[in-house]
Amino acid sequence: MEILKFITAGSVDDGKSTLIGRLLYDTDAILADQLEALHRSNRKNDDGTIDLAILTDGLKAEREQGITIDVAYKYFQTEKRKFIIADAPGHIQYTRNMVTGASNANLAIILIDARKGVVEQTNRHSFLVSLLALPQVVVCVNKMDMVDYDEATFNQIVSQYKVLASKLNLQNVTYIPVSALKGDNIVNQSANMAWYNGKNLLEHLETAEIPVDDSAAHARFPVQWVVRPQTEELHDYRGYAGRISSGAFKVNDQVTVLPSGFSSTITKIELLDKEFDEAFAGQSVTIHLQDDIDISRGDVLVNSSAKPEVSQLIEADLCWMDTRALDTSLTYLIQHNSKVTRCRIQEVLYKFNINTLDKVYEEEFKLNDIGRVIIKTADPLAFDVYQNNKANGGAIIIDSRTNVTVGALMLRAAVE
Amino acid sequence: MSKHNLDYLDELEAEAIHILREVAGQFEKPALLFSGGKDSITLVRLAEKAFRPGKFPFPLVHIDTGHNFPETIQYRDKMVARLGEKLIIGHVQDSIDQGKAIEQKGKNASRNALQTVTLLDTIAHHQFDACIGGARRDEEKARAKERIFSVRDEFGQWDPKRQRPELWNIYNGKIHKGENVRVFPISNWTELDVWNYIRRENIALPSIYFAHERDCITRNGQLMAAAEFLNMDEEDVITRRNVRFRTVGDMTCTAAVESDAYLIDDIIDEISASKISERGARMDDKVSEAAMEDRKKGGYF
Repeated sequence: MEILKFITAGSVDDGKSTLIGRLLYDTDAILADQLEALHRSNRKNDDGTIDLAILTDGLKAEREQGITIDVAYKYFQTEKRKFIIADAPGHIQYTRNMVTGASNANLAIILIDARKGVVEQTNRHSFLVSLLALPQVVVCVNKMDMVDYDEATFNQIVSQYKVLASKLNLQNVTYIPVSALKGDNIVNQSANMAWYNGKNLLEHLETAEIPVDDSAAHARFPVQWVVRPQTEELHDYRGYAGRISSGAFKVNDQVTVLPSGFSSTITKIELLDKEFDEAFAGQSVTIHLQDDIDISRGDVLVNSSAKPEVSQLIEADLCWMDTRALDTSLTYLIQHNSKVTRCRIQEVLYKFNINTLDKVYEEEFKLNDIGRVIIKTADPLAFDVYQNNKANGGAIIIDSRTNVTVGALMLRAAVE
Repeated sequence: MSKHNLDYLDELEAEAIHILREVAGQFEKPALLFSGGKDSITLVRLAEKAFRPGKFPFPLVHIDTGHNFPETIQYRDKMVARLGEKLIIGHVQDSIDQGKAIEQKGKNASRNALQTVTLLDTIAHHQFDACIGGARRDEEKARAKERIFSVRDEFGQWDPKRQRPELWNIYNGKIHKGENVRVFPISNWTELDVWNYIRRENIALPSIYFAHERDCITRNGQLMAAAEFLNMDEEDVITRRNVRFRTVGDMTCTAAVESDAYLIDDIIDEISASKISERGARMDDKVSEAAMEDRKKGGYF
């Protein structure tokens, strides 16, 4: 059984929490004592049924304000698959939270209110999904009960969204008419929309492809830790511990260590008492090499026949996540997999107006701003273009005064 | 579909190992908080996968309330002997003797809350900069929002509003002196995942997880193991029951469930069918809807 991780984009008003609550409720993922707590609480829908949205509010402040301010993770499973939902807030002031939630997702659900169609926040959410390179989008046209389950309304929204999807180059989009409140087409096929022949939401989630980048060309292994027991019987043991971030490695593969550029051959891939002839993206293993070369945390092993970019000057998309604005004169830290080095944002090329998707030319880069920048690093980074290889193309910026993560970078290209 | 998608247990395992190795790589003085419960036992297994044949780059730390199930302590000592790793014990009794913690009085007295004092003292004494714990996000809704690397200030406090964004699988463990990070490698596991992993890996557990006969009393509608720590009086009627424990905590706050689950397969069947979540058997969360959030802010695990 596999795990599908997905994010839900939308706001309270779109019925996002109700949708998640509905998925959990209808897949029996709510246990008796949680349900009891739900019944104890006073929030009810107008018709007296339980307000399922309560299931997804975690923090006191959120309960008080009735909004979702952070990413909450929810878990459920069916016979076919396990699911992890990153429930992120949809308002513009929480853009950074949505970016965070989207960074680990395989799929995004974008909620559109059937009465309103594609609105400003739909642009914003779709832009973020495209920026974070989520491979699949499900557009749930919600509140179909409020528009008499009208097929024409649904079709109109689908055509509206197709324009946006093509503008943002979203390739894999599925459209489902739903009512989260009434349960139409969430877990059960709706009797109210006989005109819809597609899968309901859960069926879609159960069958959507979960892509794994297992091509040898993308073989990347960031070294996290060197295992050296230095005991008498294991005197010469030297294993490189890490998690294959993308691609595949085989015993006898010729690999190059970056950024140093030394090459060697894999002699063994193991984990505790298991040995592997071949290991793939996502696996944590320990790799042994033929030659005794200097390798430490922060280095990356790659297939010698297909190397990533290695550069100190990189063009990237940046999402700023701190209340203190970006300071281009300041030295920050950049963390890219296990590598940490100093950096400066050398130049802001432009920002995006993420509601209209237009470019904006202004210097100041504030909380939730997204734009394109040139970054200069103290040590070279061995990276891939984020849109082609997320695992080796994402990085974070840390403010060394506060140690807080202040930015997310989607690396795009080495600057000549 | 790609043929190299990982099975869910392999994926969860690989993620947890990655997190443990990040702790080793990023911190000077990490520690693994070991309670004797199945989640921390799972962490130990994951640490073996992450670091063997090398030594663990951290000691195991047990915060001992003195009100443990004896089975847990036996298990702990046997396990530590097998591993050959270092065990540090922080005694709640010491905190009480030093006047840093005050023993609760009355029938529902528990040392559960006092553990926080001993934990923070132990962290300060050994200058641990990262403490690995077995908390999971499916346990409770405050935990559902906690980061995998969760920064605590010098008072051990968690501030839910000042959490760092955590993107991809990049964990920012940078801290100021005096702060520390709580690290939760099995954040994304559910209770059932842990059990399925224990079965797959054939991991031994303390015997109280499995059905056994025991003297019990009923407190606040829940079955508790009869023990002197519970300040029992004539109102507490002892009955012999067939029970097991779904979590292993302090005897004063860990409720039993009646059960015939003698084998791990039985337990997995029982949990799959169960309609009470695991923390439902923990009396310490019952106090208010925000109970866990309040305790975490105060430095709890």
